[in-house]
Amino acid sequence: MIKVEQLTKKYGSFTAVDGISFEVEKGEIVGFLGPNGAGKSTTMKILTSYLPATSGRASIAGFDVFDDSIQARRHMGYLPENTPLYGDMKVGEYLRYRAALKGVPRSKMRERVGDVLELCHIADREKQLIGSLSKGYRQRVGLADALVHDPDLLILDEPTIGLDPNQIRTVRELIKSLAQKRTVLISTHILPEVEMMCSRVVVIHRGTIRASDTAENLMKNHRSVGELRLEARAGDGAANALRGLAGVKDVTETQDGEWTTFKLRLDANAKPGEEILNLARERNWAVRDLHQKRATLEDVFADLTTSEK
Amino acid sequence: MRTFFVQLLRELRSIFYTPVAYVVIALFAGLMGFNFQSYITMLNKQPADVTVLEVVFLNALFVFVFAFIAALITMRSFSEEFRLGTVEMLMTAPVKDWHVVLAKFFGATIFFAILLLPTVACFWVFHLVAPDAVAAKSIGAIVSTYLLLMMLGMLFISIGVFASSLVRDQINAAVITLVVTILYIFIPLIIARLLNVTDPRVQQVTEFFSPVAHLQDFSKGLVDTRRIVWYLTATGFFVLLTHHVFHSRKLKAS
Repeated sequence: MIKVEQLTKKYGSFTAVDGISFEVEKGEIVGFLGPNGAGKSTTMKILTSYLPATSGRASIAGFDVFDDSIQARRHMGYLPENTPLYGDMKVGEYLRYRAALKGVPRSKMRERVGDVLELCHIADREKQLIGSLSKGYRQRVGLADALVHDPDLLILDEPTIGLDPNQIRTVRELIKSLAQKRTVLISTHILPEVEMMCSRVVVIHRGTIRASDTAENLMKNHRSVGELRLEARAGDGAANALRGLAGVKDVTETQDGEWTTFKLRLDANAKPGEEILNLARERNWAVRDLHQKRATLEDVFADLTTSEK
Repeated sequence: MRTFFVQLLRELRSIFYTPVAYVVIALFAGLMGFNFQSYITMLNKQPADVTVLEVVFLNALFVFVFAFIAALITMRSFSEEFRLGTVEMLMTAPVKDWHVVLAKFFGATIFFAILLLPTVACFWVFHLVAPDAVAAKSIGAIVSTYLLLMMLGMLFISIGVFASSLVRDQINAAVITLVVTILYIFIPLIIARLLNVTDPRVQQVTEFFSPVAHLQDFSKGLVDTRRIVWYLTATGFFVLLTHHVFHSRKLKAS
């Protein structure tokens, strides 16, 4: 549905997007992840034909976003960051205007606008001025706008930014329900959102793509963050014994009554859990907690996007 | 083509949804009524060598109001879209740049025509009161005067829309429009009357550009096609410039 090849965008001497390539297949929900200023919005603006690329190509549903811009725009619905809307229009009126602008035939207008009002749960606000809506409702009007011409592809730029937790949940559920028949590219830096919604994650940092995989695979393949916690009733010398295990770099202990908490720093990919249990059995330690931290998406994200290039 | 009409409707709505539109219409009608009344009274007291149309439309008050109106109508057109960021919504819909530019221009032009309409009533009333006056009967002169006012208005609107495409702030847009339009009106006058340049070649040039000179001709019913061509090409030029600026600005926007 989306095909990006060697896309580069320069603002003067600053390179916002540096030769990125990726593809999004029909039906995927792809999370576009990256810190602020990584190039997410720029890439989205190029995909929606709002900005021209400095070099490289991008196409939507087979239509080049520059040469066949009008066709490409017909196939996608876009929700820009901060949802700019005309405050002086009423919700229903705005959606009818947008539908007409996007070429929804007159005979289908009523039906389409009714559908998106229903879908985004704003039917009760149809006659309200957009300027008087709360941020959560504005966001839903923006989504309804993106959906009104029934596009195959949705491009959403930080759709949950600035919303309260309840609003975030409703918007998120809404997006998830929309995604069943559509392809969605969604940019965000809220990680749980990605884990919950997206079938694939593209991590972008400093204008280059750092990873592109499912959230699960990213976490699984990420080199171990290397921390293990053990709580045990153990005799003297336990720390030294633990230090002797393969893959253990360092051990610190804190005493809590008769229990001792050991924190082990591990080499990458070390999994010493089994050996620790064997050791405990040999030396008759009582173990009440053994826990190796798994990499979270946050760890993966931090690792991919904080390293200096 | 449908997108053009959809956008045109949206432009008209955005003008008529603000109370400013009605204030402007009322104010303009009031001022013009006052203007008309006071000049007719003046003409009544002493015979003069000018037509009713000339005194009504060729005075400082009307000229300034005219320039202000053009700036007021057009200052929001693009500036507002850039300021609110709605230009991003607008241009990521499948619309052509041309349709948007033309819709904004014609939206303002239609509002301007509506604004001008009540002033026709002055001449109608004049006709009712003094059906035998020559001025009241010269429909041709009235029509040609309004033709010129309309063309001048369109030129000013195209300048205003252009100014609005240049800047994000409405006030700046309005100031640019005011300065340019007022200079356009007064530079030929300054050259001809204040500096007393009598070189016939200079006079010819100022006459070609001066809206005051044009109004003098048209208010006598002299429809000069050279003027029509001049106004239409100048308007077209500014609309074209607007398109280019809008197009490149859109491409530059971050």
